[in-house]
Amino acid sequence: MLEIQKLCVKAEGKEILKGIDLTVLPGEVHSIMGPNGSGKSTLAQVLAGRESYEITSGKVLYEGEDLLEMAPEERAQKGIFLAFQYPVEIPGVSNTYFLRAALNAVRKSRGLDEVDAMQFLNMVREKMKLLKIDESLIGRPVNEGFSGGEKKRNEIFQMAVLEPKLAVLDETDSGLDIDALKVVADGVNTLRSKERAFIVVTHYQRLLNYIVPDCVHVLHDGRIVKSGDKELARELEERGYGWLEEKAAAEAR
Amino acid sequence: MTIEALDKEASLYRSEFDRLMERIRKEEPKWLSELRESALKSFCGMGFPGDGQEEWKYTDVSALRETHFRPVREQEKEVTAEAISGRAFADLGCPTMVFVNGRFSERLSRMEGLNGSVQVKSLSSAVREDGEVVRGALARHARHEQHPFVALNTAFMQDGIFIRVPKGRVVEQPIHFLSLTAASQEAAMVSPRNLVLAEAGSQVTVVESYLSLTEGSYFTNLVTEIAAGDNAVVNHYKLHQESRQAFHIATLQIHQQRNSNVRALNATLGGALTRNEVNAVLDGEGAECGLDGLFVLSGTQHVDNHTRLEHAKPHCDSRELFKGILDDHSTGVFHGRIVVHPGAQKTDSKQTNNNLLLSNDALINTKPQLEIYADDVKCTHGATIGQLDENALFYLRSRGIEESTARSLLVYAFASEIVNRVTVEKLRNELDDYLFAWLPGGELIREAV
Repeated sequence: MLEIQKLCVKAEGKEILKGIDLTVLPGEVHSIMGPNGSGKSTLAQVLAGRESYEITSGKVLYEGEDLLEMAPEERAQKGIFLAFQYPVEIPGVSNTYFLRAALNAVRKSRGLDEVDAMQFLNMVREKMKLLKIDESLIGRPVNEGFSGGEKKRNEIFQMAVLEPKLAVLDETDSGLDIDALKVVADGVNTLRSKERAFIVVTHYQRLLNYIVPDCVHVLHDGRIVKSGDKELARELEERGYGWLEEKAAAEAR
Repeated sequence: MTIEALDKEASLYRSEFDRLMERIRKEEPKWLSELRESALKSFCGMGFPGDGQEEWKYTDVSALRETHFRPVREQEKEVTAEAISGRAFADLGCPTMVFVNGRFSERLSRMEGLNGSVQVKSLSSAVREDGEVVRGALARHARHEQHPFVALNTAFMQDGIFIRVPKGRVVEQPIHFLSLTAASQEAAMVSPRNLVLAEAGSQVTVVESYLSLTEGSYFTNLVTEIAAGDNAVVNHYKLHQESRQAFHIATLQIHQQRNSNVRALNATLGGALTRNEVNAVLDGEGAECGLDGLFVLSGTQHVDNHTRLEHAKPHCDSRELFKGILDDHSTGVFHGRIVVHPGAQKTDSKQTNNNLLLSNDALINTKPQLEIYADDVKCTHGATIGQLDENALFYLRSRGIEESTARSLLVYAFASEIVNRVTVEKLRNELDDYLFAWLPGGELIREAV
C-alpha cells in the first residue's frame, strides 16, 4: 500500500529525515515512536502533502503511484488521512459543512454519489455517538473553542466519516486523559480492517496498549534505528530512548 | 494647496453655488439658504484636503479637485421599476425611499407597511412641513466649519431621507434609503443628505444603499446625521456598490444620549475611491456604540475608513471591528481615533482592524489613535494584516477540499464575521450572494453558511 524508499527531507534548510525506508501493507498497523525532534511529525506531514518541506531525495509510492507528485487534496481523495497533532481552528466555517465537503470530495473521486445535508447527518450520527461527540459540536465552527480533547476526538470522528485507506495519526494521544484515549483507540479499532492501514505516530507507549500495532519503528535523528513488534514498544517504555540513541551514535562512528 | 489653486476652486464652486441659489432661494426657507451660504464659505476657506493633512495622509483626493465635479442636473432619468427590481441590494423587502441622482422618486418608492407612528419622508418635504424640527437638528452634529466635504455637502445638499421616530415607538421594519445614480452628465456631483432622529426610548433600523445604474465617473458626497435620544436603539447600515469609476465620500455623524445604543455597519463593494467617515459622540452616561465595516476590493480600488469615537461621558462602551479583503493592486486605509474626554471614567473601548491581503501588490495602512484624558478607562486596539493562514489552508486540503475552494472558503469565513452582524435578513443574504459571486468557486461554498 505504502512504500517509502530512502526518503530525505529538509525543512528551513535543515535536514530532518535522513533516508527513511518503510513498507506498510493493507491491514497493518505500524507505530512510529521516537523522542522529540526525531522527525516523526515531519514524516506524517510529508505523507499528507505539506508543502513547506523540501524533499531532497527518495521516493514514496502509494498504491503504486508516486505520492510526492500529488497535491494534498488528491492524496485525501485517494484515501490518505492525517489526524493532526494540532488541529487547526477555522472560525466561520461550520464543522458540518467542512466535513460534508470533504466527504463529497472523497466520494466523488471514488465514483460515488454526493450526499446531501440530511443523508450526511444520518450517516454521522452513529459515529458521533461512538466517539462520544456531542451533536452540538458539529454545528459549530471547525475546532473553534474546542478543548484539546474535543479537537483530537474531532480528528478521529473525521477519520471515521471519511473512511480512509491509510490513516496517519500524528500524536493523537498527547494531552489526552485515559477516558479520551480509550475513545480515540475505540475509533481506530472499529475502523481496523484487512483493507485499511494505519501509521500511529506517538511519543508514548500508552496508546499502544489500546491500539495494538503489528510493527513498531523507532525514529531517531531522521532515521529508523530499530524496528520490531509490539514488544519493542514495551521495552521502550521501560528503558526509554537513551539506549537506542547511544547505540545509534556508536553505529554512526 | 497654493492660494491661486484655492481661489480657483473657490470661484468654481462659488459660481456653481450662485447658479443653484438662483434656482432654489425662493423655494426654501431663509435659514437653510443661510446655512448653505456659511457652509460654502467654510469650503472655500479650506478647499479639498491635500498635502500635509494628517487626516488625509493616505488618501489622495487630487482627482476630485482636478475633475471639477459639478452639481448633478436634477431631472429624474427614465428609470423603470423593472430596471432596478432584479438588482442586488435594491429591494430589501421593506419600505424603501428611492432617490435618482439625488432627487426623490415617488414613483419608484414603496412606502407601504409603515405605521403612522414614524415619520419617514424626503428631507425637502420635512423642511416644508416640519421646518422647526429640521432647523433644530440639521447640521447640528455634522459641523461644516472643520470639514471640507461636510461643508461641500451642506452647501449643495439636494435631498435625502428624513426619519423621526417619536418617543417610545418601535419601528419593526427596516427603512431603506436607496440612492441610484444614472448620470448622463459628465463629472456629476450628487449630494445626498439624511437625517435620522430617534427620540427617547425609540427603536429603528435604517439601511442606506448607493448603487449606480450606469458606469462612468461621478462623485457622491453624502452626509447622514443620527441623533439618538435617551435609551434609543438605532441600527444603521450603509452599503455602496457605486460604479468602478466613481468617488464616494460619506460622513456619518452620530450623536448619542444617555443609555442609547447605536450600531453602524458599512460595506464597501464598489467605487474607485471611497472614504467612509464615521464619527460618534457618546454624550450621555451608559451609551453604547458599535461600529463595523467590511471592504472587499480588487483592481485599483481605494477605500479609507476613518472613524472617530468620542467618549464624552462616563460609563460608555464602544466596539469597532473593521475587516478588509484586498486583492490585485487595491489599497486601503483604516484610521481609528478614540478620544476619551476628561471625566469620562469607566470608558470601555475596543477597536479592531483585520486585513487580508490576497495579492502581493495590495496595500493597507492601518492606524489606531488613542487620546485619553481620563485615568480609569479600558481602551484596547489591535490590527492585523496578513495572508491566508497556511495551516488552515493545508488542513482543508488535507481533507480533500480543492485548493481554490479552500482559499475561497477561508476568505468567506473572514468576511462572514461582519456579514453575520447584519440583522436585516435580506441585506445579509445579498451580501453573502455578493461574496459568493466575487470569490472564485464561490458557488461551491454557498452551503458553508
